[in-house]
This record gives sequence, C-alpha cells and structure tokens, in this order.
Amino acid sequence: MVKLSCGALSQYRAEQRTAALPFAVTILCVERTTTVSENIPAVELRGVSKRFGTVLANDKVSLEIHRGEILALLGENGSGKTTLMNMLSGIYFPDEGEIRIDGKPVVIASPKDAFAFGIGMIHQHFKLVDVLTAAENIVLGLKGHLDLAAASKKIKSICDAYGFEVDPQQKIYDMSVSQKQTVEIVKVLYRGANVLILDEPTAVLTPQETDKLFAVLRNMRDAGKAIVIITHKMHEVESLSDRVAVLRAGKYIGSMRTSETNAQEMTNMMVGHTVTLNIDRPDPVNPRPRLEVKDLTVRNEDGILKLDGVSFIANSGEILGIAGIAGSGQKELLEAIAGLQPAEHGSISYIEDNGTQEQLIGKDPLAIAAMGVSLSFVPEDRLGMGLVGNMDLTDNMMLRSFRRGHSIFTDRKTPMHVAENVVHELEVSTPSLATPVRRLSGGNVQKVLVGREITSAPTVLLTAYAVRGLDINSSYTIYDLINRQKEAGVAVIYVGEDLDVLLALADRILVLCGGKVSGILPGRGASKREVGMMMTQIGGKKSDD
Amino acid sequence: MTETKREPLIHITKRASLPWYASWGIRGAAILVALIVCAIICVLTTGEKPLRIYGTILSASFSSARRRWVLLQNIAMLLAVGLALIPAFRMRFWNLGGEGQILAGGLATAACMICLRDVCPNWVIIVCMVISSIAAGALWGVIPAIFKARWNTNETLFTLMMNYVATQLVAFFIIIWEMPKGAGKIGIINQKDMIGWLPVIGNYKYLLNIIVVGILCILMYIYLNYSKHGYEISVVGESQRTARYVGIKVERVVIRTMLLSGAICGLTGMLLVGGTDHTLTTSISGGRGFTAVMVAWLAKFNPIWMIMTSFLLVLLQRGASEISTVYGLNQSFSEILTGIILFFIVGSEFFISYQIHFRHTAKKEDIRRV
Repeated sequence: MVKLSCGALSQYRAEQRTAALPFAVTILCVERTTTVSENIPAVELRGVSKRFGTVLANDKVSLEIHRGEILALLGENGSGKTTLMNMLSGIYFPDEGEIRIDGKPVVIASPKDAFAFGIGMIHQHFKLVDVLTAAENIVLGLKGHLDLAAASKKIKSICDAYGFEVDPQQKIYDMSVSQKQTVEIVKVLYRGANVLILDEPTAVLTPQETDKLFAVLRNMRDAGKAIVIITHKMHEVESLSDRVAVLRAGKYIGSMRTSETNAQEMTNMMVGHTVTLNIDRPDPVNPRPRLEVKDLTVRNEDGILKLDGVSFIANSGEILGIAGIAGSGQKELLEAIAGLQPAEHGSISYIEDNGTQEQLIGKDPLAIAAMGVSLSFVPEDRLGMGLVGNMDLTDNMMLRSFRRGHSIFTDRKTPMHVAENVVHELEVSTPSLATPVRRLSGGNVQKVLVGREITSAPTVLLTAYAVRGLDINSSYTIYDLINRQKEAGVAVIYVGEDLDVLLALADRILVLCGGKVSGILPGRGASKREVGMMMTQIGGKKSDD
Repeated sequence: MTETKREPLIHITKRASLPWYASWGIRGAAILVALIVCAIICVLTTGEKPLRIYGTILSASFSSARRRWVLLQNIAMLLAVGLALIPAFRMRFWNLGGEGQILAGGLATAACMICLRDVCPNWVIIVCMVISSIAAGALWGVIPAIFKARWNTNETLFTLMMNYVATQLVAFFIIIWEMPKGAGKIGIINQKDMIGWLPVIGNYKYLLNIIVVGILCILMYIYLNYSKHGYEISVVGESQRTARYVGIKVERVVIRTMLLSGAICGLTGMLLVGGTDHTLTTSISGGRGFTAVMVAWLAKFNPIWMIMTSFLLVLLQRGASEISTVYGLNQSFSEILTGIILFFIVGSEFFISYQIHFRHTAKKEDIRRV
C-alpha cells in the first residue's frame, strides 16, 4: 500500500514537472539561440542511459540544471547519481541519450571537453599534488605560459568575488581538508566553470566549515552559476538547495522545489516506501566500566603525535560517541585499543565483570583474543582492512575464526553457516555466498563486516564511520544493530562524522581535538554548536556570539 | 535519440562475468588466430608450408616414445618450479629467484654425490641429497624474505641478484670439482658406480621425477586451497592490513612461505642433478626459473591449470628447436613463433575481462537490472 501511494506521488511530481515547464522552453530555444535565456537550462540531460555489464546504472534519465540555482541530487547508494554526474564531467560516455548545454546538443567525450563547456566537478577524493602550492595546483595542466604571479592575482579576484579564503602560496600538505576543498573549487572556477558539481562535499567538514562552504555556494548561485550537490544529509538539502531531483535504481523519479517538500517526502521518494527518520536511543542497560583508557599517547609511523594524554572510561551497555574533525586521532585511538597501534605511554585496561583488570597495551589482536577479551572492530577502511575484497562471503567470515581447531585444514562449513545467517538476518543482497565482497554495494559490504564482528558476541565493539557512504536504509539497519548490541550489554565506541547522528545515538560524546580530549558531554541535551566548537578548540571556548 | 558525429568509435567496458565456455572459446579463438598469423609469417619469410611447420612442432614432442618421455620430463620440471613459485606469488611476493634456488639445490646435491661417495652407503647419500638440496634452496629463498620482512626491501631485485650469486658459486665449485682436471666442467658424476643417482623405476628414466612432481602438484593444490597456511597466504597477498587486523603475523607468513618456495626449487635442482642429468652446470635450470613465472601467471596461480600451461610452453619450446634443425632456420625464427602465440594467449585475457563496444552497436542486448 505504501509503495503504491509513493509511486502515485512520484508520478504526480513528474507530471507537475512537465506541466511546469511548458513548450515555451523549447520554443525559446529555437527563437533565441544567440542570447542565453534564463529559461534555457544550463545543462539538460535527455534520456541518458549508462550500462556497466548487465547493470543498468542510469535508465533514460532526463534532468535539467539551471543557472542561479542549487540543485540537490538525491538517491540511495547505487541509484546512479555519481555515474550521471561523471557523464557530465566526461569520465564516462553515455550509451544513449543526449546532453544539451545552453540548448545545444553536445558530445562530452573527455574531462577536457567538459571543461570546455564550463562543467567542473569536485570529487569526494581530492586530486591535488601535495608538494605544490595552491596556485601551482590550480594552473597545473593548463596550456600557455606559466605566470604564477598573474595566476595568484586571478585566484585572489575569484576568492574576493565569492568569499573564499585561499593563500595561493600555501603548500597543499599544510592545508586542512576544508582548505584543500576550497582549492579544488577555485581550481574549477579558475578554468571558467559555470556548472559546478560537488560530490558529497560536506562528508569531511566540521559544522562551521560546512556553514562557510554553504555561504560560498550561495554566493556563486547568486552570481548566476549552476550548482549541483550530491549529498545524503537531509538537513543540508533543506538548508541549501533550491530544487531537489531524486534518482532511484538508476531511474529519474522526480524533482521539486525544496521549499515545497520536506525530509520525509524526499526520503520516501528515494527509498520507494515510507521510512521513519528517528534514531532510537534506548536507555543504557546497567552501565559498568568496561574499558579504561588512561593518559594514552600515540605516535604514528612518521613520529607525529596523534593522541596526546587521552583518558576516558567506556561503560558496558552504553554507546560512547567519538566526535572530531577527520584525522584528530580517532583512527589511532581505535587501533590502539584493538592492538594494532603501539602506544608511547598510557594504559588501556579491560575490566571484567568480576572487577579484574587486564592490560591491553603491548598486545596484538591475537594476544588480546587469547586473553579471552572479545573485542570486535569495524574499521573505517572496510575493503582494505576489515574484509578482503576478492574473497567471497564465506572466506571473509573465516577471517576471524579460521584458526579454530587443531586441524591443519580450514573448516569452511561453520563460516558458511555464519555467512548464511548474516545474509538472512541483515538482509544482505548478494547473488550468492560465493560472490567476492567487492562486487557488493557499500551498504551490503558494511552489513557483512558488522555482521561478522557481532557474530563473535563481543563485549567491546569499536566502530569507525560505520555508516559512511551508506544510504538511509542501510544506515538505519546499522544504527539498529548497534543499539541491539548496546542493549545486550556491549560497550560500544562509535566514531562518527555526522553530528546529528552522534547527538541522536550516543549516550555520551567524547570530542577529540588535535589528539586531545576536548571534553566529554552527555549525548542527551548536548547541542551541535557546542560539539562543533569543541572540535576546533579544546574545551570549546564560547567567545564569539 | 540523436546521433552525433563525435561519439568515440569504440569504448571499453568491464564485463560482469563470463560463463566458462565463453572464456575458453575466446582463448581457443586466440590460439587459432595466433596460428594463422604465424602461418602468414612463415609463408612470407621462409616460403615453407605452414602446416608442415606445425606438424614438425608436434612431431618434436610426440613422434617417438623417447620424445614423449622427454616431453613429460620437461613438463614435470617446469611444473615443479611453477609449483615453487605460486605460494610466493599468491602472497604477492615476486620470487624471481627460481634459477638461483634451483642452482643452490643442485649444488648441494652434487656436493653430496661427490664428497660423500666414499663415506657412507648409497641410500644415506640419497637421503642427504634430498635434505641438503631442500635446505639449500630454502636458504636461498628465505634470505630475501627476511630482508623483505624486516626492512621491506624489494624482493624482485633481491631474488634476481641472488641468482647471480648462485651462478657464480656454482661456477666456483665446478672448477674445484672439475673432471677430468683442466676440462673446466664436471662430467657425469659417479658414472661407473652410479652412486647418488636416484633410483630408476622400471626402465623409465624419467618416471620417478614425473611421479614426484605429480604428487607435489596435488599436495600444493590442497595446501593452497584447504589449509590454514594457504588461507593466510591468500589474505596476506590480498591485503597486509587485513592480515594484521585479524592477527596474522605477516612477517612470519612471508618467511615461512619463502622457505617453502625455495625448498621446492631446491628439490627440483636435486631431481635434475640426481635424477636425470647427473652433472652440474651453471645452466642446469635451463631458464625454468623465469619460464615458470609465465607458466604461473598464465594459470592464474592454480596448480592444476599449471599442468596445461607447462605443457603448452614445453611443446612450443621443443617445437621451436626442432624447426630450426629440420628446416635449417635460425633458432630465433621459432622463438618469433612462440612469442606470437604467447602474445595472443596473454592478450586474449583482455577480451575475457573487458568488452568492446563499437559505435551504435550492441544496443539491444539483454539488459538485466540488478
């Protein structure tokens, strides 16, 4: 029933769209070919399809991108958003369909062509040369005489026009993630982009940096640029975009003005049925200290101080959220607890139910397991660390258990049953148990990993960015799983980047800032602003407004 | 749908998967095309009939019982080196030191045959040969592994250099043990009393080697696919970070696997020196340490498939030298043919993983939504 009503809704929206854009548009195209009209879309996709093997990534998608407008492109993982945008930026070539720019059909066969048409894409992973300066990166690959002074001047003028802050002389390796992103944006503007596509730009930013980025994007919109932003975060869509377009399973579902819709409706369109958007937070179950970290100091392989005197206690039956700007020591903290990162000094004690304490520092994962400490770890890098991409589900389940038994041969039956259970209970969509996990979508990969880690009935569960890149449905499955672990008395440490989620899920929030504990707040009642301030400054001074 | 002129002529997409018969069809077609190309080159450059040349290639391996035995022996020896390499290769440890490890094993074998001949009974000597050749090969393999594990040195360069050391070492001992004095080489060792020669089964000189390698092949298949060690090797090869994350000691696996890899090479050296050649030269391995690299890659590191790829390479090699003698052609002509055939076989893998679309074709294939 729910599905039906939503189908009707999208159909309604689609009709409304065609009705809202009358024939006048096409007539205008013919009549006013020389002057660019406000009504002609900057970019128009008509019936564009793209196929990868037997997978239809985009199925006859038609989409318009207008000048002076911020379009939010919504869709679950694998719905074809990035594929569609990659076709605009010349990375893929459509199998069928047509792309029009300013009303004229064009062929975009390479990223160079895309630039020539004024389309610039800012990817999730920055493509900058670390040892060069901002100015050098920006002019890199451009033809003509290299004049860095002139380039710097032009960069300054771009920055002034839109409100960026970039020092052209600064080296990339000295920059924060947000500064690097700014360089990427200036780079495409420098090349004359009128259409900017941003693929999940806020995933790596603090709330304050996000606000800054949004201000800049609004300035660019007001200057007449067309902006497309791909994001999973509903509140960003609502606060930033003028229009939203929704893709589902490679198909265009509909588009509408942001002011006329809400998060619930957009989510329903994305998912195809109604979902609830509230994250549960059951009360902690009989919390008792489980893991005590005292004065933990860690240097990475290059000798850089990543954790500096970190102390906290994680309780059983409770979710301890860890907030912080990317690279503030979250990875090192979890890896130190899991026995993967040597500590300079400090202690990590595991406290058993009967009160006895065991030191985890100086032990590798095998030694920790041998002590009878059941510690599960869902690392940030799923396919590079948590799983083996080329191995199938069964063999991946075996990673944790293959040593069991005295036989020199591996037992594949038990892990196969585990895999069957995980697939069944977590609703992993996979062709078979013999499919290499790298072929699965991001959400399913994470379900396999989390499923394996909780199978061993852990007493401590460490998760790093457990829902990064996951769509709404999968994210809620993961929150639910984590909550169930908490209710079973597991001490959960949840490193997250989406503050809204952390504030809704965690019982306590530990904020890291440059490797130090900036503060520990109760999850109930903490404000996003407060946490955001603590992320950038120890203790989170409340000096300005 | 509007057609545009500037659409690229071809674009390449990755295939989802191919049924086994299709991929083997592509490989078969590649060999057929290779044979046709070879035939054209034959006619153009030599004027010989291509079918006669192909016939000669086959007859080199099959025309007599002796030739068939030599074929099997060569396959077995190449396969043995390949079996030594694949555990290392599955671990992404590029052991190019097969030559050196074979020589080390051969040297140890010859040393036992020469130095122990008057000291202990024959069976003790043979036991010593087996143990010392395995130990010598393992030693030659484990040195680069230790350096890799401790200091992350480049194993490709290191194993290659170990080949030169082994060659020089063998050359040195050949002068010491030369027979007769001044010959600059070791003749057949213990020719009169056959001390230290491996036993011959029936009248078949090569049968023992073939049986040993056959058993080794099956054991290796089981080891790699069903043992805990084999699983650890795969995990380390795929991702060292994952291996550390689940508590596998990567350094230990690297060292252990290279001990095994070197040991099998050493054993191969023993089979060559003690089983068939009964002498020691610097070229006793016959380039198998390198040919086996190709055998292993063509078989995608699968021991059973490697029987077929070894067969293919030995067939081509033997055919090549036969052509050069029968038709009085240069040896390099036959190597050109081998090169062409291998080029097409290796190249066909591209068409198995990727699909090429030409402009405006393949629009209405079966489209399944996943």
